[in-house]
Amino acid sequence: MAAARSDRSATPAQVSPNGVDQAEAIKAIRLRHPWRNVIAVILVAMLVLFLVDASQREAYGWANFGKYIFDQRISQAAGYTLLLTVYSMVIAIILGVTLAVMRLSDNPVVKGIAWLYLWVFRGTPVYVQLVFWGLFATIYSTIDVGIPFTEPWLSFETSDLISVFWLAVIGLALNESAYMAEIVRAGILSVDKGQDEAATALGMSWMQTMTRVVIPQAMRIIIPPTGNEVISMLKTTSLVTAIPFSLELYGRSRDISVVIFDPIPLLLVASAWYLLFTSILMVGQYFLEKRFSRGVGQARPEKAGTETGAISVKTGVITTPGEASDSSTDPSGKEHR
Amino acid sequence: MTNATTSGAPMVHADRVSKSFGSNEVLKSISLSVPQGEVMCLVGPSGSGKSTFLRCINHLENVDAGRLSVDGVLVGYEERGDKLYELKPREAARQRRDIGMVFQRFNLFPHMTALENIIEAPIRVNRVKKDAAMAKGRELLAQVGLAEKEDAYPAHLSGGQQQRVAIARALAMEPKLMLFDEPTSALDPELVGEVLDVMKGLAESGMTMIVVTHEMGFAREVADQLVFMDGGVVVESGDPDEVLGNPQHERTRAFLSKVL
Repeated sequence: MAAARSDRSATPAQVSPNGVDQAEAIKAIRLRHPWRNVIAVILVAMLVLFLVDASQREAYGWANFGKYIFDQRISQAAGYTLLLTVYSMVIAIILGVTLAVMRLSDNPVVKGIAWLYLWVFRGTPVYVQLVFWGLFATIYSTIDVGIPFTEPWLSFETSDLISVFWLAVIGLALNESAYMAEIVRAGILSVDKGQDEAATALGMSWMQTMTRVVIPQAMRIIIPPTGNEVISMLKTTSLVTAIPFSLELYGRSRDISVVIFDPIPLLLVASAWYLLFTSILMVGQYFLEKRFSRGVGQARPEKAGTETGAISVKTGVITTPGEASDSSTDPSGKEHR
Repeated sequence: MTNATTSGAPMVHADRVSKSFGSNEVLKSISLSVPQGEVMCLVGPSGSGKSTFLRCINHLENVDAGRLSVDGVLVGYEERGDKLYELKPREAARQRRDIGMVFQRFNLFPHMTALENIIEAPIRVNRVKKDAAMAKGRELLAQVGLAEKEDAYPAHLSGGQQQRVAIARALAMEPKLMLFDEPTSALDPELVGEVLDVMKGLAESGMTMIVVTHEMGFAREVADQLVFMDGGVVVESGDPDEVLGNPQHERTRAFLSKVL
């Protein structure tokens, strides 16, 4: 004890502005990590070697890559890929919300049907489903409108009614909706039950409670994984050759490569476009997540900051925006506001 | 809804009300009556059924046996002939409009400001014009002492402030009965007073109130009737000074010796 005391008095005492006796900041020699550096050098060397090799390797056909990367057929195909992604995601989200609500229903039949749908569409590969959709017109050659077991009022040839593009959209959307349903369900279940009760106690109907209270709060949970699903969907569109629909990126570049007898550069072209789109989506995803991981309480951080400059010091709660949701269940951090 | 109450008739009347969750009997033949304009405080150890009883009054839970009525109207059911019919959700919602409820955990809508929390139900449920609802909302915020906080989100308010907004939100529906489910239990001790003050003011204005609470001081000062519950039964009830000062039952004495 005595030694410690004398040690302490030996360090030059610094008195901070608020009058607290503070010890001198530690200046130690930092721990070295030699192996980290070795591994880093090896990895960089391997990467450089690979790039140099790839740039000179005949098979990659960089000349053809340069020739086709901005080919009009390719950029049109990229447009189709985007259309497939957007249409099927929009339909998948609408269907997914419906299925999620059905799964949360009190009606056992409604619940069971939703479960059955999810079981089938999540339990079989999307490629196999797409092949089935390609055979839709073979299985159901006409679509009839009317009362069952009577003469139909209207009868359409399936192949006239639904184009291959829309078969692709339907195939992708129905598969994706099963995954969206689970995401939406998780979002709805994440909302505190007290919210539902408070709305009910105020006399709000189920629909009002959902649209005004539960869904807006569930969005925080739903948005980030939905962004992931969009990125995933963009890549899954390459499978619609199974239908077969081949005007999108992968199908188009395959077709071109068959004509010029050089598959590899066209694969690189398609990959480059996919990477461009996913990169844009990932940036968007980053900002969306930042926005939605922000607790509702931190909706206007600049204001909170000016009003409550010393909060984090005083209470030790809420230091990062991401933790704001905790604050709603922690009354201890609030009296200073 | 206008208050077509005949004076003297009880606002809340429970006649041998029972409620079970599975095999767990939470309420055992509860009979209580709260006259209009009076304040009843429900006290008792946790798990004694106080909160469940409160939730039954608001039809957040169904009653299994007995009759429970608010302002002379059966809660959750309709009696036609000698049969009981369960109410449709819309009719149940209509009953709840006249009953305000304040929760232990406030349950404010975190994505709405204080004022938006208050005007939401009047606009959506009672179809009040937005301007009128906002004027009324500001009035209520002033009444609970939070006039300057109308644009604050719940997370920017202290627990006491949140609970006062929650009270204002319930009052915005112009209820004839207010239910309080341990309104100060989730608050830090120094914030309890501000909420109890608002509740006292409300009681003085003649609001019929049922308050589940552990605040014996509040119960003694404000309650017209104090009910001690334990194990799903009403052990003792009466004038708060009587029950608190001279408890007749052993269980009441044991409980009070711990909380007083």
